[in-house]
Order: sequence, then C-alpha cells, then structure tokens
Amino acid sequence: MDGSGPGITSDVGSPALPFAPTGSATAGGSIPAVELIGITKVFPGVIANDHINLAVMPGEVLCLLGENGAGKSTLMSILSGLYRPDEGHIRVAGKDVVIDSPRRGRDLGVGMVYQHLSLIPTLTVLENLMLGTNPGLVLKEKLARVHLEELAKTLGVAVDADAQTGSLSLGQQQHIEIIKALWKGSKVLILDEPTSMLTPQGIAELQSVLVQLKASGLAIIFITHKLHEAVAIGDRIAILRQGKVVGEIGPDVVHSLSPSQLQQRIVATMFGDEAASVADVAELRSDLGRKQATHTFSEAPLLELMDVSAPGVRGQYGISNLSLAVRGGEILGIAGVDGNGQRALAEVIAGQRKASAGEIRLAGSVINHLAVSARQRLGLRYVTDDRLGEGVVRPFAVSMNLVLKRIGDAPFWRRGAIDRTAINATARELIMQFDIRTPTEGTRIGKLSGGNIQKALLARELSFEPKVVVFNKPTHGLDVRTIAMVRERIREMAARGVATIVISTDLDELIDLSDRVAVLFEGQIAGVVENGPGAETRIGELIVGAQAA
Amino acid sequence: MSELLTPTFLTAFVASGILAGIPLLFAALGETIAEQSGVLNVGLEGMVLSGAFAGFLGTLATGDIWVGLLLGGLVGLIVSGFMVVFCVRLGLDQIVVGISIVLTAEGATSLLHGAMFGKSYPRLDAIPELKIPFLGDIPILGGSLFTQPAPVYAALVLVAIVGWIFRRTSAGLSLRAAGERPDSLDAAGVSVVTVRTIAELTCGALAGIGGAYMAIVGAGTFVPFLTNGMGFIAIVIAMLGRGRAWGPVLGALLFGMSMSLSTALQLFGIAIPVDVVQMLPFVSVMVVLVLFTRQSRLPAALGLPYLRGAR
Repeated sequence: MDGSGPGITSDVGSPALPFAPTGSATAGGSIPAVELIGITKVFPGVIANDHINLAVMPGEVLCLLGENGAGKSTLMSILSGLYRPDEGHIRVAGKDVVIDSPRRGRDLGVGMVYQHLSLIPTLTVLENLMLGTNPGLVLKEKLARVHLEELAKTLGVAVDADAQTGSLSLGQQQHIEIIKALWKGSKVLILDEPTSMLTPQGIAELQSVLVQLKASGLAIIFITHKLHEAVAIGDRIAILRQGKVVGEIGPDVVHSLSPSQLQQRIVATMFGDEAASVADVAELRSDLGRKQATHTFSEAPLLELMDVSAPGVRGQYGISNLSLAVRGGEILGIAGVDGNGQRALAEVIAGQRKASAGEIRLAGSVINHLAVSARQRLGLRYVTDDRLGEGVVRPFAVSMNLVLKRIGDAPFWRRGAIDRTAINATARELIMQFDIRTPTEGTRIGKLSGGNIQKALLARELSFEPKVVVFNKPTHGLDVRTIAMVRERIREMAARGVATIVISTDLDELIDLSDRVAVLFEGQIAGVVENGPGAETRIGELIVGAQAA
Repeated sequence: MSELLTPTFLTAFVASGILAGIPLLFAALGETIAEQSGVLNVGLEGMVLSGAFAGFLGTLATGDIWVGLLLGGLVGLIVSGFMVVFCVRLGLDQIVVGISIVLTAEGATSLLHGAMFGKSYPRLDAIPELKIPFLGDIPILGGSLFTQPAPVYAALVLVAIVGWIFRRTSAGLSLRAAGERPDSLDAAGVSVVTVRTIAELTCGALAGIGGAYMAIVGAGTFVPFLTNGMGFIAIVIAMLGRGRAWGPVLGALLFGMSMSLSTALQLFGIAIPVDVVQMLPFVSVMVVLVLFTRQSRLPAALGLPYLRGAR
C-alpha cells in the first residue's frame, strides 16, 4: 500500500534539513520554486480559475489574497494534485511537471496545509506523520521520531510525538500539519487560510514559524482573505478575484511601503481606486468597522442563565454552573476555541438540550420546562451554525424552510392543511427583505449557496417579533459581502432592543460586533471583557485558559 | 444440576463452544478489517454461506479439509468482489448492496444444493484433532481448548497477525485512516479505493473460510441456510470489538459458549421448551448489544462511499 522507493528511505533518517538552504535564493534572477502558467479550471457553471499566472521564489512568502469563492482554494488544489487543470501547466524548479495526484505533488516537493485540518484525530502525532510516508511495510517509529524532532526544531516548536492528535490545541495541530507537509523534504509550502481557526497567540506563533521556515530557503504560498495578514506576512502579494489575478505587488514594492500605504494600495487594486473608503470591505480592513456609537440597554436583562449545567455530547464540553445575563439592545459575544461548550450553551438556550441544573429566564420568567416551539413563540430564536444539517431541510422549497419552525400555525396551516398561498406570500416578502438570491420561492433550498442559505435562516429566525436571538458562528464560511450583510442585520436587531448573543471563534468578528465578550473555556465562563482598547489581548489570554482576573 | 458439572461434561461443553465460535471468529475478524477501512460489509452472511457451500463441496470431492477451507475462502473472496465493484469502486449504498448479496447467496446455495443433492445430505468424515503437548493434559481445558482441529490454532495465530498489522505496519495505519478520514489518506498520497478493496477482499476470504469451517468441521455436512444468521452476529461482534483484533475472540467465545450451552441443555433434557433453549444464543446477542452498544466506537467514515473531488 505504500509505494515509496528505497531512495526515500534514506531521506527519512537523514540529519540534513528537509530543504536545502540556498543562500542566493532571494536574489533576483534565480529560478522560481513554483510557477503556474495559464492555469484554467472550469466547474459546471463556474470558471474557478481563468488563465492564472503566478510564481514564487525560494525564501519568499507569496500571499494570495481574495474573497471566498475567488478561486484560491481551487488553484491550490490544482497545485497539490487534488484537481487537474483544464488548461495551462506547472513548473517546479524550472521544469515542466504534471501533478496528477497528491502523492506526485508531494514527491515533487509541494507540501500543502489545508484550511480544515486533515490530521486524523484518533491517531497519535507520530502515526499521522507516518501515514502514507512510511517506507516499507513495518512502521519505522524510531526514524520517524528523530525526523520529527529535527523538523520541530526547524519550526521552533515543541511537539509530543505520542499525544493523541485530537487532544491537541488547533495551533499545535497546525504545527503538526506543517511538519507533515515538510516531511518528505518539500521546497514549497502552501497554507490555505491557516489563521481561520487560531487564537491571536496561535497566529503570532504561526508567524514566527513562517519566518523561521522562510529563512531556511522554503518558498511559501499563504492564502488568506484577511488583508492585514497579507500585509504582515507577504513578500509578494497577488490578488485574486472571480478566478483571475487582478493585481500583483512585487517584493520591492511591498518592502518599500509602510503597512498602511500597502493596505490602501491593495484595496485600490481589489476594488478600484474609489473603493478605498467603501465600508463593505470591512472584513478586509482590520482598522475599519469597529463598533460606533454605543446605544442604550434595557435595565432588566431579557435573558438570564443562572448556574446552568448541561451535558456535552461526542467528547465536546457541556456547560457547568454557567451564569450570564443579556440586556435588551446588548450584544454579548461568546469567544473561545471550538468545542469548549459553545454548542451546549446555544442548544440549552434554544431548548434543544435539557439543562441538568440551574434556571433559564426569559424576560424574568423561568422557561426551563418549555420546548423549542414554545420558546420560539415567546421570541427566543437560535441561528444554528449547522446550516445544512439542523438549519434547513435541503430537499424542501425555500418557502417551506422559511416557515419550518411554525408548522401547524396559522396563517400557514389551517385546520391541519397547508395553505401554500399564505406560505408563498410570506416567503416572497422575506426573500425580498433579506435579499435571498433564489430563482423562485419554490426552489429547493439545498441548491442555494451557503450565503443564501444563511440569509434564509436569518429571515426565518429574525422575523415574527424576536426578543432574544442566539447566533452560533453566524458568518462562518461566508463570502465578504454576505458577512457584512449578516453583521449589519445583527447590529440592526440589537438597535431595535433585541438581546443578542453572538457565539464565534473569529475574534475579529466579536470585537467588531460585541458590547461585552464572555470567554468560554471548558464549559465555563473564564471571564467577561468589556469591548474597548486592549480587549483583544485580554480575550486572547482567556481563550487559551489563563486565569480570570 | 450438580451432576452436570463433571469434567467430562465441562470438557465437551468448552470444546463445542469453541467449535461453534471459530466460524464466528473468522467472520468477525474479517468484518473488523473491512469496518476499520470504512466498509460496512452487510453482505457478510452471504459470504459465510457461500464459503460454507464451497468448502463442503471441496472437502466432499477431495476428502481434504484444507482444500475445502481454501475453496471456501476463494468463493468468499469472489462474492466480496461484488461489494468491491458496487460499493468501493462505484460508491453505491453499502447496506442495499450488502442485503442483496445475502439474499442472492441464500437463493443460489439452496438452488445449487437442491440441484446437486436433491433430498440427500451426504456427511463428511470427522476431522482429526491436534493435541498440543503438555497443555493438552490440563484437566478440562486440555481436552477442550488444546485438543482441537488444526484450523483453530491457525485462527488464533491469524488474530495475532492482524493485530500486529493494525498497530505496527503502514498497511494497518492506512487501513485505520481510510475508515476515519479517507480524504486525509488520499491527501497523504495513498489510494483509498485500493486500501478498501484489499480490506474488503480479505474480509470476504476470511468469512468464506469461517463458513467452510462451519460446514466441514462443525456440521460435517451442508444444508440450505446452514449459517442461520451467523454472519449478522459476526457484524455485531466486530462492532463491539472497537476495532481491536482480539475483540472477535472474546465475542466468538461468548456466543460459541451460549450455543454450546443451548445444545447441552437439550441433551440433558432440562425441562425447558426446546424453542426457548434454541433462542439462547440470539438472546445473548441482544443482551450484549443492550449492555455494550454505548461502548462501541465505530470509524467516523464507516459506510460512507469515498469519491475523490466530489463536489
């Protein structure tokens, strides 16, 4: 099952660095580590990549910047051998190559770190690294252990080889991913949205790892949709839009401009000169879109949790003795690494999970005993993060999904029978109001894009007089424009006096939206931080489990 | 009841428990391999039954049990080829294909048996037992555990080998990865389809050998529907084994013993209706299921077809 030749056997145990440090690499005129020439890839209905030309030199970081759906991930899948391009070719170290499988890509020295971690949580770190790379049939653990230590040293991190991978933090797992990508001596490292799951500390660590790797002569391609990361990390910045490279800024320009000048330059390239001030690029501008005027909150909290506990499922944390209160008009952010009880908290409030202890109060009255539908009618709403699973019924029409939580209620149901006219009328109104891009209200919702499905969910939960709304990762995986629209809706809701909870793993988002941020750690509130200057660092500390002040 | 607990009785009881458990052991070991790779081999019963019939024919024709076992394994492997083509290669639903394999095998073996033997049920000769020196002299266990036909010892050695492959080889690592995160395995440059194909064919061969053993050594003959749901019990054992190679040993022993107990109770004419006694093995399956299902941990990608680049 493992076809590695004997030549690779010697490679594994070799004490040399996995990639040769080439002293003159960064000098101009040398051969690019990787060159993409005229790459085109068409999926049914979409041109994902349209004649893309790119090159990256050894010892250089190329930042590939673009919105979700701009074709970044497709391009990298082509480079790593998961997809074949329809047109164009790839040169590695000056030679034309065909990368027809991930194994071929790796053998050519192209290592890939995917956006979603590809490590197998039930295996140990060492087993994950040996997977697909072990020479011969019998596992050579000792050699692998030595090799792991060398690579960990190159990265400047400490790694426990025998830890079960799923038990490590996301930042640590990402280090393992990078080590795995470099395992067979890669000369090019591709990182796809590597910061999306990390804490601020994790991001800082990743940056120092990249600086180390760059210094050892590796060519790095860093894919991101966050402008400030591109500015901080890139030597060369290429901007992708609708499958095309719309601009490229070379290292001499990148290094001669100040960070803010560079940001302006990039925004101008992306959206045209006049767009530098456009507010809906908020996600791309780290310094823009912070909370503006603070509004007034109701005096009594609309939603209160008092010493609430609930069990976790599938190895995730539940919540224990958790208390919080949200006033009308207030946005409470819930930060924390995924799996620290976010889902339990959201479901306990929504009524999908029973609280094993404590009291939940909605506008002063206890609602522990009420089922989901009763809470829904009282104005307690939940926008799930599992859009495709529990959020919608995919084979059902958009219209039906919009009234899914009101099954049996008038005016959509009359004496048990569906009133399609009433449903369709309401659906058309909501589709207009929330700008859901769908051919008709009768289209199956599974056919819509993630962004439009999220809009439909918002339409369903935010209509019919909401009082308290819980958003679980409301913008996860959406494109920039939908993100801006979703955040605008959340602010609007709060301005109208709705008590709002936003659960998110994206710290930028919480800073952008919240009045206060509570940090969830191992099922408990590790601390609550008033949003303001310095909040980000404080929250970051709490996220990784530092003691509350 | 005390007259039952004589050494002779206990020896016979343990021996027949092992006899009944060995086919389960082979089948459950195969199923464990398939499940670790992410294939839920629902067609196991069909493979066991086909193997039983083929093994019976092989031994009947040659008088050699090894020819029978080999032929049983070969036919089991061929039958599992259907799972490979339809589920692993084409990505069809594993449960649907598996059930149709069971039904087809039941029909085909009954039909062929009827056509070849009519209403006669030829018997095979008894199989020589291999007594292990010294260990074979221990009271009760010596006469049961250590005086068994050679394939029993082969089965136990096989368990050890499979356990070693799971933990200590790159093949085992790829196998577990294919069942947990096939996309990761693919990205690591190992073909998921190849891994699953090999696992499924191995499973078919082991199930076939298990069936052949049942016909040749256990029953000494073949009758239509000989296996009587044993393949399904093996699936349950594999699921409760949490992916460990020695899991099937415990499971097979437990169910073998309960079958043996039901035979013993009938022999001694205990005043319980025969139907109730015969239910015992199946009741024990249900009890174990109820007690231990929560502990079973199945591979994350079990039963899910893997097609690269599907979007």
